[in-house]
Amino acid sequence: MTVDRRRFVLGLGALPLAGAAQAQGFAGLGTDAEGFALPARDHRFVFPRDHAAHPDFRIEWWYVTGNLTDAQGVGYGIQWTLFRSALAPETTAQPGDGWTSPQIWLAHAALTRGDHHHVAERLARGGIGAAGVRSAPFAAWIDDWAMLSQAGPEQDALDLLHLTARGSDFSYDLGLRAEGPLIFHGDAGYSVKSPAGQASHYYSQPFYQVTGEIRFDGQVVEVIGHAWLDREWSSQPLAGDQSGWDWFSLSFDSGDKLMAFQLRDDGDGFRSGSWIAPDGHTTPIGDRDIRMTPLDHSRVDGRRVPTRWQIDLPARELSVTVTALNPQSWMATSVPYWEGPVRLKGSHAGQGYLEMTGY
Amino acid sequence: MIRAVAQALLSHWRRHPGQFATLVLGLALATALWSAVQAINAEARASYAQAAALLTPQDQPVLVPRQGDVVARGSYLALRRDGWPVSAVLDGDTRFGGVSVTVMGVDMLSSPVMPDDLGDSAPDLGPVDLLTAPGIAIVSPDTAARMQSDPDGPRLILSEQVPPGIVLTDIAVAEALLDRRGEISRLFLLPDRQGRRDWAQVAPDLQLAPSRAVSDTDTARLTDSFHLNLTAFGLLSFAVGLFIVQGTVGLAQEQRRPMLRTLRALGVPLRLLMLCLVVELAALALLAGVLGLGLGYGIAAALLPDVAATLRGLYGADAPGSLTLRAPWVLAGLGMTLAGTALASLQSLWRLAQLPLLASASPQGWARAAARSARWQALGGLALVLAGMLGTVLFDGLLAGFALLAGLLMGAALILPPVLGQVLRIGARRARTPLAQWVWADLRAQLPGLSLALMALLLALAANIGVGTMVSSFRLTFTGWLDQRLASDLYITTDSDAQTQALRDWLTPRVDGMVPIRRVETRLDGAPGRIYGVIDDPIYREHWPLLAAAPMGWDQIFDQRGVLVNEQLARRAGLGLGDPVELGAGWSLPVVGIYSDYGNPEGQAIVALDALLARHPDLPDRQLGVRVPDGTLPALMDDLRDDFGLERDAMVDQATLKAVSLRVFEKTFVVTGALNVLTLGVAGFALLTAFLTLWTMRLPQLAPVWAMGLTRAHLARLELLRSVALAALAFVLALPLGLGLAWVLLTVINVQAFGWRLPMYLFPLDWLRLGGLALLAAALAAVIPARRLSRLPPAHLLRIFADDR
Repeated sequence: MTVDRRRFVLGLGALPLAGAAQAQGFAGLGTDAEGFALPARDHRFVFPRDHAAHPDFRIEWWYVTGNLTDAQGVGYGIQWTLFRSALAPETTAQPGDGWTSPQIWLAHAALTRGDHHHVAERLARGGIGAAGVRSAPFAAWIDDWAMLSQAGPEQDALDLLHLTARGSDFSYDLGLRAEGPLIFHGDAGYSVKSPAGQASHYYSQPFYQVTGEIRFDGQVVEVIGHAWLDREWSSQPLAGDQSGWDWFSLSFDSGDKLMAFQLRDDGDGFRSGSWIAPDGHTTPIGDRDIRMTPLDHSRVDGRRVPTRWQIDLPARELSVTVTALNPQSWMATSVPYWEGPVRLKGSHAGQGYLEMTGY
Repeated sequence: MIRAVAQALLSHWRRHPGQFATLVLGLALATALWSAVQAINAEARASYAQAAALLTPQDQPVLVPRQGDVVARGSYLALRRDGWPVSAVLDGDTRFGGVSVTVMGVDMLSSPVMPDDLGDSAPDLGPVDLLTAPGIAIVSPDTAARMQSDPDGPRLILSEQVPPGIVLTDIAVAEALLDRRGEISRLFLLPDRQGRRDWAQVAPDLQLAPSRAVSDTDTARLTDSFHLNLTAFGLLSFAVGLFIVQGTVGLAQEQRRPMLRTLRALGVPLRLLMLCLVVELAALALLAGVLGLGLGYGIAAALLPDVAATLRGLYGADAPGSLTLRAPWVLAGLGMTLAGTALASLQSLWRLAQLPLLASASPQGWARAAARSARWQALGGLALVLAGMLGTVLFDGLLAGFALLAGLLMGAALILPPVLGQVLRIGARRARTPLAQWVWADLRAQLPGLSLALMALLLALAANIGVGTMVSSFRLTFTGWLDQRLASDLYITTDSDAQTQALRDWLTPRVDGMVPIRRVETRLDGAPGRIYGVIDDPIYREHWPLLAAAPMGWDQIFDQRGVLVNEQLARRAGLGLGDPVELGAGWSLPVVGIYSDYGNPEGQAIVALDALLARHPDLPDRQLGVRVPDGTLPALMDDLRDDFGLERDAMVDQATLKAVSLRVFEKTFVVTGALNVLTLGVAGFALLTAFLTLWTMRLPQLAPVWAMGLTRAHLARLELLRSVALAALAFVLALPLGLGLAWVLLTVINVQAFGWRLPMYLFPLDWLRLGGLALLAAALAAVIPARRLSRLPPAHLLRIFADDR
């Protein structure tokens, strides 16, 4: 019963990338029909302020994925996600106090091994202090999970992070050090999500080196690897005809990186992405410039989920197959979806993360 | 052979369908009243248990503060940040929608307490409704029916799983309703996972709440007395019903005696005969039990709404207005019927087992045996009365009261036959004519056979007088008290403090005076209570109904040097004049007066308004009591509506308020009245059965008198007279017994059960009416035998001399 209720509580707007479609013509006013702020093309990012929460927007997340290996070369994936979902508009000037705050916090953590996928979930209300994000010193937390900045005053707050999470059968404790700049997707961080022009504010830190330890089955395993952090906020719910999305964050051995997603609908869908050079120089990728094609499907939780993909980006002469490390990387959370580490082969080698919803 | 024996036995019932009906009806009546009371009790108790289960789910560990009643926000956060899955709860009592309720505020995001039938009443319910203002309030349909709707308040959602009187809501709504912002009263410790450290290390100021038994809850404690009361009534009815059964079974056995003798003589073994009789009785008991359960269910269903009203009116406890059928109840009811039948038939079966094969009937023999035991019976009765009195010394509280009642009633019942015997002996001595002498002697001869029925009548009459006196005394006191207490002509409730101020300005030139009615909900002596703040006004000094007052008491109140408490609080906390009362943290005042406060289950205190405002600066100012010049009230109410714009339902005039209060009072005692009447009915029926039983046995005694020249009509008249005379005697004895009962009810039981003591008033007109009823019942009960007698063919009487029955 409890699980059903949580699903029902979160069914509305807590999922990432819930953009697109059904522009109602209120964009010019800066808020949507229900009083939430809307992303603006002329928004100028200011840090550390924009690392913190934007409670006047409906949805927001702090999203870390990492590809790790141990001393024996065994690969792992970790996920750390904190979602904020506002049930009603709230302005930063008058934060809701105590239990009356309309903010709901939801977090997912996962540890993926080749043959096992560990998942945990946390849920908390805003206004009380059990979960939240603050800008200085930067901290994002929910219950005993945290992403804490250890950066010096001359650095960006996200340059050095301590990341912890714990489930009933796993935990991790990782240090993340950024070796490149923040990058901004779309038009300087204004990321369009549909032909109708709906958008989000979207920036990333894709250059993390990771060291730390993961725990599972009574073992403590030292790991190193790479991680990628996404920050995004918006106010627009998923349109009725959009069945879900496929989102890729890929790191090539060449040092280049690719973020690409497609929103599936009854028709041709909508694609977008960013090509990120090793120095952080970012080039947007348009709807027609990239192809994402499922190659193989797996039975996951009674559903048919594509766990091998073909990605083609002719402009970069890129043609790779993307294969899941563990096809059963199912996030059996209140809103279930697939998320896990992937390996790349073809024109470019590398690794990355794949998220798929709506299957 | 079994078949033949069974056929022979059953043929008796075919020939005496009336007797069969009497037996089944008597048993069914006994079962019905008993099981009706049980059903009512079970329903109410189940409701309390449901409430307790919702407030504290079973097997759900709960963390509470070691000291005080607020969980520090820091401890809650520390536990969560350590990974412990704790869910915050804020609960308390308040008024909501015009009704006293217990608000249970849970964190709807994580609470383990949530009805799963919400989708039925509100399929469109979403997270926004649950978690943001104005929020939702989940209540039972019973509670919702009593509430006034508030368009600005939380949306009411109905759920059958929420017990009556409880409002389940989000903690954000609860803190507003209870005016306890930021507070947490306890934490559910969910089983999902463990934290990193031991919780006791993380939050050393918290402890696991001891698991509470349902019987320990406030409601259960408060209402125990009421349920005990009902049970006592049920048991009384059951006992009276068993008198009927005993009479009928005895009659049937008496009439079947020749048949049984014949069967034995034909070679039927005693064992087999006994077995057949036992099986026959068991079958009858089952049949009657099922009938009685059906009847009891009907009675319970009819009375339950009134019981719910009583519980709410007297204790503020909520019970549902509708009944569910429970298996344990059915089994217990049938068990009682079987056990009762066994008990009531034991004597007859025993006699059958001892029956000499060729013995003839000799009722006089029993009578002689009875006379010998009369002295012992009288002594036993006296001993019981004394034991009851001893009970008041040995036990405390309600139990003592019931021990006294039980001793008094049972003792008096036992003493009745010897006393009647004595009265009859004295009567016989004074009799001059032979006929009168015969009548007296005949009465004495009948006494043993009638004594059980007369005991039943005595008990029913005494209960009737006692309970009637109690209710009437209560009503008289209550009415007088209402007149004193409701001294204002008009009571007005406003929407806001600002409106009250505007109203005050508007009223000032138009009325004789007005007083604000302002209060806080708080805890007094560890239980929910209220403190009122009053201003110095003649309305209080001249009208307030004080039971005890210190000299210059009101002056001390207004000098902020004293407090008035209601009788309930004074009795519960053992307070007398001059004793200090704790009114809040660091605030206590000496008692300078105690006032009567009927119909209120909670403790209450009155202080000067200024003193209360000093402690509660944001005290709402939403109620006014207004006194107006004579005859101007209707015009003023019209003006208030038309000129000032006050809603009509924001005003209550004194007469209406009194009428409503009295209506509530009457409703409260509907159940008592109904049970009273039913018990008396059963006693009348017992008397009828007894007469019918004796009827057959009497013919050998009547025949000689008839033969000496007394007409059948004359005999029939004497028959009626005999019945009425015995009933009159029983009534005369029931009167002091009933008054004793009333005294115990008013001064012992009421104080324990409700927290107030009532003066006893006497109502001789009621006694006359009851006495008339008793005589009528006795006459009616004797009508059938008398009519039979007057129409009996003389041949029948003649045959008596020929037959030895």
